[in-house]
Amino acid sequence: MSAFRTATGGRIDRSRVIEFEFDGVRYTGLAGDTLASALLANGVHLMGRSFKYHRPRGVLGAGAEEPNALVGVWRDEARYTPNLRATTVELYAGLKAESQNRSPSLTVDKGSVNSLLSPFIPAGFYYKTFMWPKGAWKSLYEPAIREAAGLGRAPRLADPDRYGNRHAHCDVLVIGAGPAGIAAARAAAAAGASVILCDEQAEFGGSLLADPTAEIDGQPAAQWLAASLAELSAASRVTLLGRTTAFGYFPHNHVGLNQKLTDHLDKPAEGAIRERLWQVRASQVLIAQGAIERPLVFPGNDLPGILLASAARTYLNRYGVRVGEQIAVVTAHDAAYQTAFELKAAGAGIAVIADVRADVDAALLEQAAGLGITVRRAATVLGTTGKLRVTGLVLGSVSGEAVQAGDTIACDAVIMSGGFTPSVHLHSQSRGKLEWQPALGAFVPGEAAEATLSAGACRGVFGLAAVLNDGAAQGAAAATAAGHGAGVRTYQASEAARHGGGFLGALPQPGGKPGKKAFLDWQNDVTTRDIALAIREGFVSVEHVKRYTTNGMATDQGKTSNMNALALVAATLGKPIPECGLTTFRMPYTPVTFGSFAGYSRGDLFEPVRRTAIHDWAREHGAVFEDVGAWKRARYFPRGGEDMHEAVNRECIALRHGCGIFDASTLGKIEVVGPDAATFLERLYVNSWANLKVGRSRYGILCREDGFVYDDGVIARLAEDRFHVTTTTGGAARVYAFMEDYLQTEWQDLRVWLTSITEQYSVIAVQGPNARRVLEPLIEGVDLSATALPHMGVATGRILGVPMRLFRVSFTGELGFEVNVPADYGRAVWEAIFASGESHGIVPYGTEAMHVLRAEKGYIIVGQETDGTLTPDDAGLGWAIGRQKADFVGKRSLARASMQTADRKQLVGLRTVDPAVVLEEGAQIVDSPGQTPPMRLIGHVTSSYHSAVLGHSIALAVVRGGRARLGHTLYVPMPEGDIPVTVTSTVFYDADGARLHG
Amino acid sequence: MADTTPTRIPASLIDARRSPVVTRRDWLQPLAPRARFTLRGGADARRAAGAAFGLVLPEDACRSAATPTRAALWLGPDEQLLLGLETDTASIQEGLEQALRGIAHSLVDVSHRQTALEISGPHAEAILNGASPLDLSLSAFPVGMCTRTVFEKADVVLWRPRADTFHIEVWRSFTDYVSSLIAEIGREYYPGDGRAA
Repeated sequence: MSAFRTATGGRIDRSRVIEFEFDGVRYTGLAGDTLASALLANGVHLMGRSFKYHRPRGVLGAGAEEPNALVGVWRDEARYTPNLRATTVELYAGLKAESQNRSPSLTVDKGSVNSLLSPFIPAGFYYKTFMWPKGAWKSLYEPAIREAAGLGRAPRLADPDRYGNRHAHCDVLVIGAGPAGIAAARAAAAAGASVILCDEQAEFGGSLLADPTAEIDGQPAAQWLAASLAELSAASRVTLLGRTTAFGYFPHNHVGLNQKLTDHLDKPAEGAIRERLWQVRASQVLIAQGAIERPLVFPGNDLPGILLASAARTYLNRYGVRVGEQIAVVTAHDAAYQTAFELKAAGAGIAVIADVRADVDAALLEQAAGLGITVRRAATVLGTTGKLRVTGLVLGSVSGEAVQAGDTIACDAVIMSGGFTPSVHLHSQSRGKLEWQPALGAFVPGEAAEATLSAGACRGVFGLAAVLNDGAAQGAAAATAAGHGAGVRTYQASEAARHGGGFLGALPQPGGKPGKKAFLDWQNDVTTRDIALAIREGFVSVEHVKRYTTNGMATDQGKTSNMNALALVAATLGKPIPECGLTTFRMPYTPVTFGSFAGYSRGDLFEPVRRTAIHDWAREHGAVFEDVGAWKRARYFPRGGEDMHEAVNRECIALRHGCGIFDASTLGKIEVVGPDAATFLERLYVNSWANLKVGRSRYGILCREDGFVYDDGVIARLAEDRFHVTTTTGGAARVYAFMEDYLQTEWQDLRVWLTSITEQYSVIAVQGPNARRVLEPLIEGVDLSATALPHMGVATGRILGVPMRLFRVSFTGELGFEVNVPADYGRAVWEAIFASGESHGIVPYGTEAMHVLRAEKGYIIVGQETDGTLTPDDAGLGWAIGRQKADFVGKRSLARASMQTADRKQLVGLRTVDPAVVLEEGAQIVDSPGQTPPMRLIGHVTSSYHSAVLGHSIALAVVRGGRARLGHTLYVPMPEGDIPVTVTSTVFYDADGARLHG
Repeated sequence: MADTTPTRIPASLIDARRSPVVTRRDWLQPLAPRARFTLRGGADARRAAGAAFGLVLPEDACRSAATPTRAALWLGPDEQLLLGLETDTASIQEGLEQALRGIAHSLVDVSHRQTALEISGPHAEAILNGASPLDLSLSAFPVGMCTRTVFEKADVVLWRPRADTFHIEVWRSFTDYVSSLIAEIGREYYPGDGRAA
């Protein structure tokens, strides 16, 4: 057994010795140890280097508040987790951990030169330096700062673990399973409320785990704890979540919990879930977070071996570890006395108890004297000795304003207590107000913003009996508020520790000046001098001081530093603490892994991938797909070794000379039905609909209220009261919502209803001069002739016996049909059409050929030609506007003078002078060559392709006053020089539409 | 709408009507194709449709009415989802159209728009709560309750026909996502099951 392990006691399992490794050295610990307690049992205090100055640091706390002992834990390269607090890493067989922020080793660290340079890197250093010379930022400063920035390193391989997610609801969520939380959970459960009780630690019990002599209701606390937990486990409406941290408090009592399931296991089961994110919606949240002990601020207070007194008590009583052989105690609070007495009883020497207070409870002094412990009152600490471990404490004494230097007390550990800070983190996260309690010297939860209650030490209630009774009362209150009336019970309890005293700010130094290297924030290396500097430089708001000095901004969220820093700011400014205010707490309470937030949403499940009924056919025929929204759409169908351009050229030519088949199923489709359907569309779309005959369709344009094009699509009238509206693929959901919004809020008078039918139908476009011949043999009940079914005609009938809505429409400029069949039949109908088309030269074509074919005809794509600032007229679609209509969405905006000026950007065609040059989409356009920046930009290219059919490149563009520039030469400035272009009509192919109407 | 009455669909195409692509498990079943209609309109339309459909269409929010072969799910103050046997598709439509003649309404066949999954067993609530933020306890989500809701990143209709059984209606292109997600969540409770096909 190691020298620092006690002979008996603690909650570790002395029969199970565990081997582990820290920085390559093998040690042994016991089952139930944390990495920190196991290292302390081996006499190791030095566990890390500080962030800025690389100062050697030991463990300061024993729990989530730990700012110093940050380690990386390595299971394998993919399962390397940096920045874990050694105080919360549970020991398992074979655990491998390494310290951080040091090179080459913890004891010899080249970065510690920063400590010598510390006078030159004060607070605000980053804001003031690196300004000169200008070029040095990129080449010198930034790389150097990046090298030094951050803590730990990221794992180098993708995370192979699984993460879970669970939404849960309960009447009362109790956060923290110390005595207050357990009493609260029992009270709420007894009242019949559904309860979730969570605690971040491996064991429930909180402070009881480190208090072996406490008694509750006449039995030892440990027995009471076991019985209470057994009672809660047996209750059907209680969920107990261990190793579960409530990290964030979100609106409407939505609390995020991070549950760690496998990190403590030496061999997690294959495929086991590592962490689960619980998203709890609670009618009442009861916070029982407890309190965190404050360090004392004195010069050299950061040496390894100096830690919080409550942590030392936890190490002793929970883990059976003495933190040193000869321990000095510095305190402003009664509780540290009991720790000293217990350490003494466990065989450690107590070098001194230096109490900051002049007046100390006589009973404590008597008890100390009885144990032979020297107590110095009105003491202060002027410094410490030691390099990698504390070797001595330089004491002083305070008399009035004067500070007298004293002697140096030899020791190998210092435990300190400045009193306890109630943990108001979650209450503050919920936007609850905080209240200053002068008697306690602490902020406690004030008015709540949510249905929130607090119990126990986190609201300034101290002492075991008081805490238990507060927990019981608040638990009953929470249950009652959640609709489960409850009576309040009381507990009898006793404990050895006393709860009085406390100190905020820095211990007095000679001359009233801040001492050297007196740390407030261990993790961000903020000293009392940094605070003084910030205030000297004019930062008087506590929020500004925080940001300038970075106090409280590290991953520990200032758990041990905020109150001391605030007190120091207040003292320096000569203002009372509540006037300075406390900085806001933000989530997460402790760091949470990305995996936990991602949950199941990774790999195939990251986003839904939508596939049409015809997708598999396309895949089997070699389609290359592209993402359009969540849809996979076939982009082109390469044959042999074709690249995209070759495939697209072939598809375009084959379609214009024979026939092409295209999966248009992703188009949005909305069935608009009701007696007022036509009126509804009249009001919504810019076009006229009242005069659209049954069996005909029309190209519709939808504007927003601002008059800009929002969506487009063909709308067919199937019956007097029934329209089949199509939208763009990407616009389907928002157009439906836009329509529903108008119906529900503006036009409740209309008897018309919407149904999304996007996924009801597979849509098969059959386009090209042979399209009619391909379809005719398959279709019943529809005459496909040009007279019976002209361009924009619509008919219902059957194809292969399957009901069909047939649209004679074209987005290619050729004779074209779109076959709509119920989606389960989509693939079979597609295959039948394809088979029928084989003798007519049918080819499947993808979205890329579709883009080229429609651009040859000057058909726009909303979102490509338009960008939310084009009116229908700008897009060359002014003809579509029903000018006789009294109103439509956007009409008033379109009437504004600025929407009608001649120099608005208008859609035009562009031909490059060199037919082989394909312009870049998005390229800017100028009206004279040889311009240098800043150029006068008059428009940009919206679509640009090589047209295999035409044998030259084509482009669409928006250009200021474009339609008045037909035939003019403009220029597209590129890095290689200006590209001359000629402004043309937007229609490059079959300008008179003969092919369309064939 | 006469055009959606299938009378002479070749056998090969009938076979094409498919169930969702999901590996069948004891606790997660793809359901057979069925007739689905969206009825929108006022109380008069609901009364008339209910008489023809053989159910009193629910007027209460998020409640359903069901027989062993038919169900009506309240999805909004003016919207009901009607479910029936696939073989009854034509007769349901004819009956509803006849009953609704002269009453303002919208009746749209959405049989192919979505697919259905059934999740059952003692872990059904927990598994669904891996992706659904709703309180699915029997007191908050009793038997017969239905709602249109989110399921992680998809929209679904969730309906509880029995205490231990949930019926999920999902748009067809989201079926793979929803069923794969359920299968992934369920691995924790049924570790022998692989991922969905």
